[in-house]
Formats: sequence, structure tokens, C-alpha cells
Amino acid sequence: MSWKRALIPLACVPLIILLAYGFRTDPKAIPSPLVQKMAPGFRIAIYDGEDVSLEGLKGKPVVLNFWASWCYPACYEEAPLLQATWQKYKDKGLHMIGVDIQDKEESGREFMRRFNFTFPNGPDPGSKISIDYGVYGVPETFFINRGGRIAYKHVGALTPDLIEEQIQAILKE
Amino acid sequence: MGLTRRPLRMPGTQVSRGVRVWLIALLVYSSLEVALGAFAATGPGNTGAPAESPDLDERVREVASELRCVVCQNLSVADSPSDLAKEMRNLIRELLQQGKTPDEIKAYFQSRYGDFVLLEPPKRGFNLLVWGLPFVALGVGACGVYLVAKRWTMGKHESAPPLDPVYAERVRRELKEREGSSGP
Repeated sequence: MSWKRALIPLACVPLIILLAYGFRTDPKAIPSPLVQKMAPGFRIAIYDGEDVSLEGLKGKPVVLNFWASWCYPACYEEAPLLQATWQKYKDKGLHMIGVDIQDKEESGREFMRRFNFTFPNGPDPGSKISIDYGVYGVPETFFINRGGRIAYKHVGALTPDLIEEQIQAILKE
Repeated sequence: MGLTRRPLRMPGTQVSRGVRVWLIALLVYSSLEVALGAFAATGPGNTGAPAESPDLDERVREVASELRCVVCQNLSVADSPSDLAKEMRNLIRELLQQGKTPDEIKAYFQSRYGDFVLLEPPKRGFNLLVWGLPFVALGVGACGVYLVAKRWTMGKHESAPPLDPVYAERVRRELKEREGSSGP
């Protein structure tokens, strides 16, 4: 077979590689450039509580969860896990903050009542915190280590194994 | 007794006294409003950049049209009806009012959402393929056309019938005669 005959199959190789790359990539996933970078600072007005700022939690590991009452079923699936994890780790130095995004206040409060949330949660007027964290859907969870660095970002409902693993990692760091 | 004829009333040629008074009042009011509006725009209390100026709206739109709505399919932040895009437009407006340049604002969104948020991918890394491939394809296509055209023309030469030896001998002889007759 002459080199000319091999030219057509060879020309197809880059195309096949490109297609393979394209089909293996989730077009809806947006890789966060914030992972392993310093977490953007914020201040949030907690429902029925005092304001909480990330600066005020310097040197402490933080789990920052973005949720909404209209986010069904993912937020409803992970909510009991979040509350259980908070109960387990609240006395071990872990901080957990919930950010209720693009929600009606009453619906957000109802959601918190339904799942007996006792960790601080607050609304995000103008989606400022959400945009600052590059959030593009709910739920999304950021694991921030003691150094204030985002160690890991999870998109979608949390699982018991994943939250346990990531909390152990930021508690050790 | 004959009937008194009244001329037909042409629109615009005859206006009753009452209507005339109203028209003059309206004209005076509009002139005053224009004058007062001009004063308000250039008056000492005006900072020169009203929050809702059409210019600011246009600048917001320009920046937003270069950013991708992260919750939509192929829509810019400017065109998206989603809540997040609306909040992004509000943030762009706020940042512009703070004096940030469009490049700084785009860089901010890029630092939060990565290159994905830019509707026009930056010319580096893997993205170079997107920019370079059309030109490569064009070059390959041009080479292909050249090669095919060359083959066609070569094919025509090859398929020409062989020259008749009698005719060739005649041409040679006539050429020789001509050279002989034109010599000294």
C-alpha cells in the first residue's frame, strides 16, 4: 500500500482523537479554577442569627454548601446527611455554612425546618457569594481547609463516603 | 329662500380658537420641560454618570454579550432569561459603576468559572485547535484541489492520441524546407 493510500486513514486519526476527547467530556461540567486556590471571602446574614464571615473563621476547616428549596431531589437527598455530619463534627472544630440561593425566604426557612438544620444558613441576595464561588447549580459543596484554601469542590448531592473523606482531609490539613 | 352653503373644512386649515389656545399651552409646556431637563443633566448636582443611563446599559450589554450563561445552552449572559444571568448582569453593572474596565470584569468571571464563561475561547492551549483547525482544513482542502486538478490535467496529456509518423515526417520536412529557404 503506497503512502498516498495511507493518507486518508491517517487524516482521520486526529478527527477520531478529537471526537473521543469530546465524547469523554461532560459538556455540562464546568471545572472550577478555584480549587487549590484561596477561598473568596464573604459575609452572610444568617436566618435568625448573627452574620458569619469567612474571615472570622480563619484557621478553621469549613464546609460551604449551596442549596435551595426548589432544588429537588438533590438538595432534599443530601440535607439529612449534612445535618447528621454537622452533629458529628460540630465539636471537632468543623464549621458548616449553608447558602440558600435564588430562593424565597419562607421556602428556605421551611426547608430548614423540614430537615432540622441547626448549622448556620443564610440567603444570598444578588447571588453575590454564588457567583464569587463560580456556582452554576445546586447543590454544590466546597471543602475549605484550615489555610483558607479550597481543597475540594463537589457538584451534586453529597454521599456519606465522599463527605466523610473530604472532612477528614480538611481536618488533617 | 335658498340654502346658505358652507365651505368644506379642510383639515389643518381652520382651527377653532379653543384648540389654538390648548396647542400654544402644550408648546410652551414642552419647551419648558426640555429646557429644565437640559439643566438637570448639566446642573451642579449631576455627577455625569447616571445609574440608569443608556450608555451604561449599552456597556453592560457589551460585556454581558461576551460572557456565556453558565446555566444555558449556547446563550450569552446578555441574551439569557435565567435568574443567574440576570444577577450576573447586575454584577457587571455594579462593577462598571465602580470603575472596573470590561477586561477586568471578564477576567473576574474567568477566575470564577474558568475559560468556559468566555464565549470566545482564549487563543492558548487546547483552544488553539479551535482557532487553528479551520485554517488547517482550508490548507488541506486547497492541497487536495491542487492535486486533483494536477491529476486531471496530466490525465489529459496521457490520453492524447500518438502522433501519426507520416504526419510527423511531413512536418519535419516542411520545417527543414522553410529553414533552407529563409537562409542566406
